[in-house]
Amino acid sequence: MVDDPYLFGQIAAANALSDVYAMGGQPLLALNIVCFPDCLPTAILGEILKGGADKVVEAGCIIAGGHSIRDDEPKYGLAVAGLVPPGRIISNAAARPGDRLVLTKPLGTGIINTAIKADLLSTQAVERAVKCMSTLNKKASAAMQHLGASACTDITGFGLLGHAAEMAEASQVSLEICFSAIPLLPEVLEMARMGLIPAGAYNNKEHLGDKVTFDNSLRLEEQMILYDPQTSGGLLIVIAEANADRLVVNLGDQGVPSAVIGRVLPDQKELIEVIK
Amino acid sequence: MSHKLVDCRGLACPHPVINTKKALEEASIETITTIVDNDVARQNVTLFAKNAGHQVSEEQKDGFYHLTITRNDASPAAQTSACAAESSAVTAASAGGSVYFITSNELGQGSPDLGEVLIKSLFTTLTAMTSPPVALLFLNTGVYLTCEGSPVQEQLEKLHAAGAAVLTCGTCLEYYHLKDKLLLGNISNMLEINNWLSGPYKVITIA
Repeated sequence: MVDDPYLFGQIAAANALSDVYAMGGQPLLALNIVCFPDCLPTAILGEILKGGADKVVEAGCIIAGGHSIRDDEPKYGLAVAGLVPPGRIISNAAARPGDRLVLTKPLGTGIINTAIKADLLSTQAVERAVKCMSTLNKKASAAMQHLGASACTDITGFGLLGHAAEMAEASQVSLEICFSAIPLLPEVLEMARMGLIPAGAYNNKEHLGDKVTFDNSLRLEEQMILYDPQTSGGLLIVIAEANADRLVVNLGDQGVPSAVIGRVLPDQKELIEVIK
Repeated sequence: MSHKLVDCRGLACPHPVINTKKALEEASIETITTIVDNDVARQNVTLFAKNAGHQVSEEQKDGFYHLTITRNDASPAAQTSACAAESSAVTAASAGGSVYFITSNELGQGSPDLGEVLIKSLFTTLTAMTSPPVALLFLNTGVYLTCEGSPVQEQLEKLHAAGAAVLTCGTCLEYYHLKDKLLLGNISNMLEINNWLSGPYKVITIA
């Protein structure tokens, strides 16, 4: 995904910490899980672990230990435990009709990673995507807790629609998502038009099948962006209509890009309807 | 009528798209058959070719997909413009943008003090424009503007935040011993700088 081992470590840690943030928790301790081949210099492993450790410190969390394995390919992840008072857990099962959907972080890291493999992006674009993936969902989580979110999930491998569908099913509601309101990384539409769409996006599409309907005017590549698997994506926050705009403003004040991208509807035939 | 076969069997995404794209870049090619062995590659190559304005027909043979791509008309140049017209807002905006090629830390030749006042004024003006430059390329003494002590640090940060690429010549940073003083943006090389200068943008040189 990225060649720089330090950045790779940062992104892996931000991704692992994200689950705790999505539930309104404070990460407490993390365990490293690392696979590394004999043939690479151990300095690389050092950089990966340093990247992870720096993100864990930024989260106010500690690394309590871990496990390492010899393997053909380097792999790194963390198991994270966090703390949240039982009454304040934000689940993905409590979205209420009338609530609004707020998405933090622009979409498209899967497509951007495919375009990186194809060597089609400027260093600037790569840098922007890396920064997005390595950013913790810490501030986003604090802001949603402050305003009282109904529900939340983090967007990762199943894409925006996969995670949104999971939330809709758990909450027994339907969702309406407005394509034009969704923040995208700048090069994503162009790269999607060129067919640089990862296999994971097609798998997500097949998995969801007819649970999602799209406005006729939305092109195939636009639809595929919403299935794009995200690495260390943002939070999809469900919040009362009265507080949605305030949440976006509060997030913006802290340098967290976000947007209201849709609303929660009573349970109906289509689980998710994507409008223009 | 020239035809080319692009065998992408055994290749995973994004290579089938890239190999097809490369084949289409040859002006003499009128039709291409891309052979792929997986559904993701079939869909991505089809998406790419259709969005580039070409026709695609599909055939399944011996468990492989044969995608025959026919150029929409004879002239590749005509397609590029037709394609650009319906292209995304992102592309349209960037193609119409300007690139500033800044080779000095003073604007114009004369009093150095005046030169610095003028360069500051230029950057302040740039931040007030509705669409920021696509890229700012700094060479020779221009690199003093992206390093610690820059008189235009504030303006530059605004432009960078608004999406302008800030590229500073690595050779120049080394020459002036500024390598660890860079404030923002990327260290660049002549290849990348030349790509910007020879790209589709309007280039404005500040010397």
